[in-house]
Amino acid sequence: MSKALLDIKNLHAEIEDEGKAILKGLNLTVNAGEIHAIMGPNGAGKSTLASVVSGKDGYEVTQGTVEMDGQDLLDLDPDERAKEGLFLAFQYPVEIPGVSNINFLRTALNEIKEYRKEDPISAKDFMALVREKSKLVELDSKLASRSVNEGFSGGEKKRNEIFQMAMLDPKVAILDETDSGLDIDALRIVAAGVNKLKNENNAVILITHYQRLLDYIVPDYVHVLADGKIVKTGDKTLALELEEKGYDWLTEEKTV
Amino acid sequence: MAGYTEEELAEDLKNQEYKFGFTTEIESDKIPVGLNEDVIRLISAKKNEPEWLLEYRLNAFKIWQDMIEPDWAHVKYEKPNFQEISYFAAPKKQYESWDDVDPEMKATMDKLGISLDEQKKLTGVAVDFVMDSVSVATSFKEKLGELGIIFSSFSEAVQNHPDLVRKHLGTVVPTKDNFYAALNSAVFSDGSFCYIPKGVRCPMELSTYFRINESGTGQFERTLVVADEGSYVSYLEGCTAPQRDENQLHAAVVELIALDDAEIKYSTVQNWFPGDKNGVGGIFNFVTKRGMCHTNSKISWTQVETGSAVTWKYPSCILKGDNSIGEFYSVAVTNNYQQADTGTKMIHLGKNTKSTVISKGISAGQSQNSYRGLIQINKNAHNARNFTQCDSLLMSDRCGAHTFPYIECSNNSAKLEHEATTSKIGEDQIFYCQQRGLSEESAIGLIVNGYVKEVLNKLPMEFAVEAQKLLAISLENSVG
Repeated sequence: MSKALLDIKNLHAEIEDEGKAILKGLNLTVNAGEIHAIMGPNGAGKSTLASVVSGKDGYEVTQGTVEMDGQDLLDLDPDERAKEGLFLAFQYPVEIPGVSNINFLRTALNEIKEYRKEDPISAKDFMALVREKSKLVELDSKLASRSVNEGFSGGEKKRNEIFQMAMLDPKVAILDETDSGLDIDALRIVAAGVNKLKNENNAVILITHYQRLLDYIVPDYVHVLADGKIVKTGDKTLALELEEKGYDWLTEEKTV
Repeated sequence: MAGYTEEELAEDLKNQEYKFGFTTEIESDKIPVGLNEDVIRLISAKKNEPEWLLEYRLNAFKIWQDMIEPDWAHVKYEKPNFQEISYFAAPKKQYESWDDVDPEMKATMDKLGISLDEQKKLTGVAVDFVMDSVSVATSFKEKLGELGIIFSSFSEAVQNHPDLVRKHLGTVVPTKDNFYAALNSAVFSDGSFCYIPKGVRCPMELSTYFRINESGTGQFERTLVVADEGSYVSYLEGCTAPQRDENQLHAAVVELIALDDAEIKYSTVQNWFPGDKNGVGGIFNFVTKRGMCHTNSKISWTQVETGSAVTWKYPSCILKGDNSIGEFYSVAVTNNYQQADTGTKMIHLGKNTKSTVISKGISAGQSQNSYRGLIQINKNAHNARNFTQCDSLLMSDRCGAHTFPYIECSNNSAKLEHEATTSKIGEDQIFYCQQRGLSEESAIGLIVNGYVKEVLNKLPMEFAVEAQKLLAISLENSVG
């Protein structure tokens, strides 16, 4: 039996201060070696799921558990979750002026290594890694030395997210609408990068609105998230069905 | 920033209190509090000054008595009682040479990280150390002497090079310039003097370290740097003080003179005690710094201001000569209840004069941080250029950032640019960093250092590292 890398049980979460419930009893198990796609209508809670799992401020978990590789995530700070091997590719990557991508990643990588009681990476090995991984997403090596995301085009920002994922080699990667704002060539490059990074020991969760991405990154499971819960799970054909029929039939079915 | 990693920085930050808050037990010669003509005569006599300098002081005292302490700056504080300050405190022993310096004093310098022993080995920086009112030791004097460079305490310069001092003293900052400059001119105790002869490129950074040690004293140092025609010098200044619950006054005057084709680079890392978390104690830093640029010369001010309870400081350039250049690069950090009103004045008098102003303010806690700048283009300053960039970063929702830019332009050929931004440190930026595995502290350090990079890049290497550490210490736990 394959190993559960991410195990979410009965997760309830609300927006802090507002008390507005967004996730209402969500269950999701992702095993090593699997790709899961999460689709669903706007406002269903897809991005909230990414935020809650990664520990962003502003949400309160009222019930349920989230475990990664057997480790309870909810008690950890966001950086500790990252150090345990969780990666989130942001829908809107943030700019950090004056901080080079390289310096940023090297600091991150070494903090992760320190947490795992490993030796820091040498400058030479680090640069070799940068060269190797930037090829993966066809990222211009100049972008690696520019300030984090500053002045990057939409496509460059998304490629940079996958580049960072390649550098940090996470156990579980959540890609939050990584396909949004990408033209078809950039989509292909990003998808190829993700496919190359995928292996037996890690897992990828794709949050997306469009079936298009799933032509390039083929999921093992497709889930529909509506009103804070997974309401339907299927294989990749479910995505095609959704493309054709929309979400209404699922939400209506549920209310019957 | 080779050779200094983020981990080392993090290690250094574990010691996060104001680490310069120690006092040194040295027997001190401190005169009674109060200010009158007799006190000035006493200071002058203790320093065995020539008659003209005593006259200069007494004249300044007369002028000062008729002046009113300015209150236009965006700062609030209880005005010092000038009769409750001791205007002269000196470590009792005077030293003939570095080897005679009291071990206790040497230990102080070690704690400050400027061990002269090490300095002697690490060529490149010559240090003058001013504790309270007296300059204690100047290293590398002989070596510099071979090039004709004079780098000594101000008092020594008065004794050894009276003509040079007399010729330049007060020519850039006249006695009546402002309240604190007048006070300084009356009671200044010591400071540094530096003269670079014609055509000489000073081969090392010259550095002065100021420290207020005695309680109930003020520090009124006077610095005069003269770069003769075609010469170059890079000058560094660092400041610390012990932790006390009283406010101590620091009112310095710095005058720079760049003669034709000369260049002066003046860098300051100011870390006077800023007061405690509740705003008790700390240094009042009321400083007048100004440079005079002659033809084709250049003066560049770089400052990293993290300390002091109240800062009032505007390092400025008078671009008198044609084609002269003035630059001002500043990072000012305020936290807790600190207040800073700082900026620059660029006075364009000559043709084709150029000035650049880059100011980065960072406010945290309940502090108030103001940029105040004047760009003045006079009527004969044809083709003058100025570029001003003025950024403010807010770390909390209880602090304030203010900008007061003044532009006075009397020549239509001038080109002036002014850019200003105000931003709040993004929770999104911090979360993004954390999601990549950086702790919150290192995320803030990284973001802030990115923000001030343009300015830190202007500092000499060893100062840049120190400044980076200071910034991180000053801003610990300050996001909110």
